[in-house]
Amino acid sequence: MGERILMKGNEAIGEAAIRAGCRHFFGYPITPQNELPEYMARRLPEIGGAMVQAESEIAAINMVYGAAGAGVRVMTSSSSPGISLKQEGLSYIAGAELPCVVVNMVRGGPGLGGIQPAQGDYWQATRGGGHGDYRLIVLAPATIQEMVDTVQDAFDLADKYRNPVMILGDGMLGQMMEPVEFREQTVSSLAEKEWATTGLRNHPGRRNVINSLYLQPDKLEEHNQHLQRKYAEIAANEVRYEEVDVEDADLVVAAYGTTARIVRSAMEEARREGLRVGLIRPITLWPFPVEPFARAAERAHAFLSVEMSAGQMVEDVRLAVNGKKPVYFYGRTGGMVPTPEGVLAKFREILEGKHNG
Amino acid sequence: MAKVFERPKALADVVTHYCPGCTHGIIHRLVAEAIDELGIVDRTVGVAPVGCAVLAYDYFECDMQEAAHGRAPAVCTGIKRVRPDLIVFSYQGDGDLASIGTAEIVHAAARGENITVIFVNNGIYGMTGGQMAPTTLVGHKTTTSPYGRDAKVQGHPVRISEMLATLEGPAYIERVSVHTPQLVNRAKQAIKRAFANQVEGKGFSLVEVLSTCPTNWGMTPVEALQRVANEMVPYYPLGVFKDIDAEGEDK
Repeated sequence: MGERILMKGNEAIGEAAIRAGCRHFFGYPITPQNELPEYMARRLPEIGGAMVQAESEIAAINMVYGAAGAGVRVMTSSSSPGISLKQEGLSYIAGAELPCVVVNMVRGGPGLGGIQPAQGDYWQATRGGGHGDYRLIVLAPATIQEMVDTVQDAFDLADKYRNPVMILGDGMLGQMMEPVEFREQTVSSLAEKEWATTGLRNHPGRRNVINSLYLQPDKLEEHNQHLQRKYAEIAANEVRYEEVDVEDADLVVAAYGTTARIVRSAMEEARREGLRVGLIRPITLWPFPVEPFARAAERAHAFLSVEMSAGQMVEDVRLAVNGKKPVYFYGRTGGMVPTPEGVLAKFREILEGKHNG
Repeated sequence: MAKVFERPKALADVVTHYCPGCTHGIIHRLVAEAIDELGIVDRTVGVAPVGCAVLAYDYFECDMQEAAHGRAPAVCTGIKRVRPDLIVFSYQGDGDLASIGTAEIVHAAARGENITVIFVNNGIYGMTGGQMAPTTLVGHKTTTSPYGRDAKVQGHPVRISEMLATLEGPAYIERVSVHTPQLVNRAKQAIKRAFANQVEGKGFSLVEVLSTCPTNWGMTPVEALQRVANEMVPYYPLGVFKDIDAEGEDK
């Protein structure tokens, strides 16, 4: 057991990234994620790295493109409006197959929205977000400890698949403090980045080019087929989720991140009232954990997606349940956080509705 | 007999896609000669733009990255900051650098990033078929200024070298042209200097090269060169706009 220290979520991500071997960070100020670039600006120069405050989120993600293309572990972070600006770069990074980690501490939208926690960027994160057919691997931790553990995983996944990975948090996870332990990480054996632009002297006889342009349509289709095969491999091997009390549940709830913790509180009270409620908590939002929902649909009576959005993940839950059982939705928006009481009331409404029916 | 001219090693022996009479070919050669003469090809990474030079990654015999439109200075920053031992250059046109990429070039210059920027200015969007650029001269007809650029409607063309020279960050900024053999030689010196500065750690260096677009200007190559001399140079004067070495001498 290592030392447990009290840390703010945003800072804990920074420390975890450094321990995962990240020495370079490119960012731009936006609330509620500022403590992360601030932490990196303080720490990275001490260990021979650098935090560059870019002129915009667009520039920051393109600095990440250059750095990732040069073969190092690199991170950027932002919050919703800034993540929108990064979409151009993310599409290029996905197209050029560069590994990097992008943190989104989601706030309420649309537009400038607000600065309080939200989950309204689910579609943007899980559908690629920019132009073209591509996927980000999207990890959604629910505690600061899990966030810390996720960072190493995120860098490893990025390197393994040469793909951008997004850590999707929210303003709550970024701003709250919890005790965390930085565990000894087993160093995974990853392939050398032989493709990186490190100069011909490091790979004589082979010019390395980082690029997403394929002017011949047959070549571009081949490239897309290659990407799709990679995404299929990720979907087959990298789904992560947690199940709580699903075995006997009449109602199976889907919730991720901060919302999943609120659902857990509501579930405890529900169980005391004799309501059999279970939780499937997706940890990878893409690839989405289809299988546990499909399995639960064989015996549960109903599903409920609880989100800090107007209803986004609920569409993936419906796809996974595939019409076998009704799928309900409960959400708050704008930075309003669901209360356990509000969630519990929804449990009762659904389960009593079922009994009445 | 001594060989007095040959293809630089840093320039790939391939057929380029550039139009007849376009001066990109000359400018590519000058860049490659500078890389050869400084002996840096094995530690150079180039960043290609979006625009006519989008395929530059096929023409330079060094590692290359292809950037999104206008973002090359940010991509260069990323490469150089994580691997300072590399020599990093961008090769950008005027639509890329002077329009969609203004934020990136201004701030790379302001930070004094130790990179080399080759800015090719022909006053038009060539690749997309001849639209008005921020550098299109007043009166010039393009597909999106079909009546000629009217300063009252479309504003005035942007002088990038002069603008960037107002910043403290840059080490060296010069505007050159390649419409006569003498000027080609001068351009070569400037480009080599811009790379040498980076090798010596002097900081941000940019060479603006006035260039032609016979295809979209609707001119023969010779007429296009004459237009550079008669119309572009008067608005975009050649010369050194920033040179920290010269400033040192003044003091």
